[in-house]
Amino acid sequence: MAANITTLTDTNFNEEVKGADGPVLVDFWAEWCGPCKMIAPVLEEIANTHGDKLRIAKLNVDDAPDTARQFQVMSIPTLIVFQDGEIQKRLVGAKGKAQLLEELQAFL
Amino acid sequence: MSEVHDVVIIGSGPAGLTAAIYTDRANLHPLVLEGEPSSNSDQPGGQLMLTTEVENYPGFVDGIMGPELMANFRAQAARFGAEFRTVKAGKVSFDGPPHRLWVEGEEIQARAIIVATGARSLMLNVEGESKLLGYGVSTCATCDGFFFRDREIAVVGGGDSALEEALFLTKFASKVTLIHRRKELRASKIMQDRALRHPKMAFLWDSRVSRVNGETAVESVTVEDVNTGTTTDLPVSGLFVAIGHVPNTDLFKGWLDMEDSGYLITRHGSTFTNVGGVFAAGDVQDHVYRQAITAAGSGCMAAIDVERWLEATGSADHEIADTPRNW
Repeated sequence: MAANITTLTDTNFNEEVKGADGPVLVDFWAEWCGPCKMIAPVLEEIANTHGDKLRIAKLNVDDAPDTARQFQVMSIPTLIVFQDGEIQKRLVGAKGKAQLLEELQAFL
Repeated sequence: MSEVHDVVIIGSGPAGLTAAIYTDRANLHPLVLEGEPSSNSDQPGGQLMLTTEVENYPGFVDGIMGPELMANFRAQAARFGAEFRTVKAGKVSFDGPPHRLWVEGEEIQARAIIVATGARSLMLNVEGESKLLGYGVSTCATCDGFFFRDREIAVVGGGDSALEEALFLTKFASKVTLIHRRKELRASKIMQDRALRHPKMAFLWDSRVSRVNGETAVESVTVEDVNTGTTTDLPVSGLFVAIGHVPNTDLFKGWLDMEDSGYLITRHGSTFTNVGGVFAAGDVQDHVYRQAITAAGSGCMAAIDVERWLEATGSADHEIADTPRNW
């Protein structure tokens, strides 16, 4: 995983996401989810090119089931953008880079 | 203007990638437009990317996971030098050769094109379905089964895909109800036996889902008896839809002959379409067999058709190796 992508757990979630200064995109994913793997390189590219404005973080639902449950994640990949601890945007399902950038325009 | 490719392959399921392996080995340097990520089976690698164990692909005695099989296909195509772009074709103009297509606004030209865009999952198109997609309604059992541990869920459909999903979901759910609009299943005998015998599975025959209920998550589905029209609410927290597929052919309307259902029409026993230099392989032109192995087989046919067509029309850039006959 790219160095500029944060790995989230049930324990560091509040600090890393709710305590963050700018917007943070959290990718809820798992090893056994094909579409999650497909968008991983796209998110890495976004982290590389837009990481200064929108931080990218990943949360493995196998390792952090409580947090996934807290946000009622029932389908992965689910991408949620948090700002000041509030949910700003929620995207369910894998999407191509162009469509993803368009959806995230407000944060880039 | 950019170079004119010998062959561009649109799609990267078993058909597209087999065509890539063969055209590669015939020195045609294929460009593969492999599609973009999605969760509804219209993505790089195709429908097998959303499945688990594939038990009927020859050569794998103990079966193989769908995504792993497709990763192998892709690696084999890449080994011989196929060029991949993770994009969807946005527009085509089959008025050549050379034919033209556009990706991200850029024009690409090709002497021959293989259409292998496959098919994507059909949705029910009932009230509540799209609102609750991702909140209990799912098109990907392998992605979402995990979230339904010890819950009761429903699967709609009666074919192999539906049964495969239902059986996979019994690993998580406490009960899986299969809702099917007929009295009997279309699925293969071995899948039927496994499903009908499974202690966690229940069946609602002659039934269709007419509404998905719930505000922020699925709470129940309304099931209608197709004979009597009476409806009942079945309390479930998840609904998995596996009622079949629709071919990805919108892009080709006005250029390629297709059936009313959208499936491309190919000349009998070949992969030729109505346009010279445009070939079709895999599920995009097959609503009968729809197997990974038949898709791969027709991808191979398309590659050989392209090779011979380029030879016959004298429009290939380089000397074509007669690879297929040397295998």
